[in-house]
Amino acid sequence: MNLDRFFDIPSDLQHSWAGLIGLHLREALLPVLAGLLLALPLAQLCVRFRWLYPPVLGVTTVLYAVPSLAFFVVLIDYTGQTELTVMIPLAVYSLVVLVPAIVDGVRSVPQETLAAATAMGIGPVRRYLQVQLPIAVPAIMAGLRVATVSSISLVSVGALIGNQGALGNLLAAAQKYDRPELALNSVLTTAALAIVCDALLVLLRVALTPWMPSGRRPKTAPRQRPVPQGVTR
Amino acid sequence: MESVTKRYADGTVAVDRLSLEIRDRSITVLVGPSGCGKTTTLRMINRMVEPSEGTILLDGEDIQRRPVTTLRRSMGYVIQNAGLFQHRTIVDNIATVPRMLGWSKQKARARAAELMERVGLDAALAKRYPYQLSGGQQQRVGVARALAADPPVLLMDEPFSAVDPVVRKGLQDELLRIQDELGKTIVFVTHDIDEAIKLGTMVAVMREGGRLAQYAPPAELLAGPADAFVEDFLGADRGIRRLSFFPSASLDLTTGPVLPLDATAEQIAAAGAPWLLVTDAEGRPLGWGEPRTLTAGAIRPGELLPYGRPFVPGTDSLRAALDSAVLSPAGHAVAVDDAGRVTGVVSQAAIGEAIRGAHAADRADEAKVAS
Ligand SMILES: Nc1ncnc2c1ncn2[C@@H]1O[C@H](COP(=O)(O)OP(=O)(O)OP(=O)(O)O)[C@@H](O)[C@H]1O
Ligand SMILES: [Mg+2]
Repeated sequence: MNLDRFFDIPSDLQHSWAGLIGLHLREALLPVLAGLLLALPLAQLCVRFRWLYPPVLGVTTVLYAVPSLAFFVVLIDYTGQTELTVMIPLAVYSLVVLVPAIVDGVRSVPQETLAAATAMGIGPVRRYLQVQLPIAVPAIMAGLRVATVSSISLVSVGALIGNQGALGNLLAAAQKYDRPELALNSVLTTAALAIVCDALLVLLRVALTPWMPSGRRPKTAPRQRPVPQGVTR
Repeated sequence: MESVTKRYADGTVAVDRLSLEIRDRSITVLVGPSGCGKTTTLRMINRMVEPSEGTILLDGEDIQRRPVTTLRRSMGYVIQNAGLFQHRTIVDNIATVPRMLGWSKQKARARAAELMERVGLDAALAKRYPYQLSGGQQQRVGVARALAADPPVLLMDEPFSAVDPVVRKGLQDELLRIQDELGKTIVFVTHDIDEAIKLGTMVAVMREGGRLAQYAPPAELLAGPADAFVEDFLGADRGIRRLSFFPSASLDLTTGPVLPLDATAEQIAAAGAPWLLVTDAEGRPLGWGEPRTLTAGAIRPGELLPYGRPFVPGTDSLRAALDSAVLSPAGHAVAVDDAGRVTGVVSQAAIGEAIRGAHAADRADEAKVAS
């Protein structure tokens, strides 16, 4: 291994090290954002219509069980060897983590609080936006952390479809040019990105919830799913 | 409320043909065992629950005719555990309804500050979050929040049942004081009969199945329970509790056995009582002593036995007087004025006489009403 060439990225990747990081973040975080935007209304529906939640949970669990490679194979026919093919499955995975997180968070709002809001003449929409969602923030943020970290690790799989794996592409390059330091770079940088993003989300959560007793965990943690790993997904 | 029935979707009859006239500017207490439909009744008043049958009139108008938001904002609602918005500061919690009614932020906050003072909360708590308050303080915030838009009606559902007895007593006294000052129409739900008797102008005792067992002022309830259920619900010592409604002003006080610390041997002998109450220079009680054990001329407080808890004639009831007499080793209750100075003592026998007198007066009143 030649650590002097740690940051010497082969030119066929068409990006500097920093460029790969930017690309990686974009491919990882945009899907989380999309997942969140879809999850909010979907979760609201599940809260409003209780009967909807079990089937939604069932479908999302099945989707979550589909390996990302299978997704890619199906999607490639439609979206080709592009970033989009990587990002769509990641958005689905985020959605799957976030819906239960939001639903559980919103449901964890105490009955008394809801009764008090209703008794004040606060309508259902206002109640959702001003009471239930804010109180669900800790649970939502916990879901976002899981989604973000797993998304960052999963982007690398994109290396298999036309080098769309950002930092993951370094793994392929390491093999091709027999430069193990590139593989190390890929692993360490991805891990560092995940840790930094996670820490930022924790800070954001603390900033958003000055009303939470410090040192206590959110009442309802989201349904924890194992963080998927490796190329088998 | 006119013959109001609530049948839930699953067939449970929570309230059964309940008719109740709630008086303006008074405290009406709904009391009864768990599941007897108290909460349901209360929630029908602000339409959080819609009655299946019957009508509820507010100032003569069917509440169904009012827009539900307007109706609810004219009624403050206080619940067990306060139900505060945990993500908002105390001032913002209290200012919620005024803000929704379109008050300026400044005006709403000023109102919140005023209310915090009224319910006995330190202004320093304003910027805190609910988790930083004790249960009793949270409950006060709940009351302040319900009063924020100055609604004429206050609905309270077991507001004080989650706090310890000492804090609860404080909150009850505070509520009575607030009611005195503001003259709200309060409907108060509890399963604690003592709380009902203490707070209620009128008490509605409910029984299983959502039926009304008796509706009467507390003194009347204690004096004449309508049936075995009510009698049972009132508990074993209702006779003693009824004494709370008899005034102590008419008790004959004697000052014979009351002596100062520097009482001489002659004074002690002249008192001629088996027990003497010794007071300090200002006339405050120190304790009871038997004449033969007292050091004439310079009685030491160490020689005295505790005098228990004195009562204030006119302010306290016969119950307090009797309690004072029972506590005292001498069998005499110690009467004091507002400043705590002894105004005299009264024997258990004399209190017993006063109780019999009060009963007689009560019967005479009833006869007058009946005729
Ligand atoms: N939403 C509901 N659906 C069906 N049944 C209900 C509902 N709410 C209450 N009940 C039933 O109605 C009855 C009266 O309930 P309610 O809550 O009014 O009692 P309560 O007197 O307030 O009791 P507690 O002292 O325990 O609070 C109970 O038997 C209860 O199980
Ligand atoms: Mg109840």
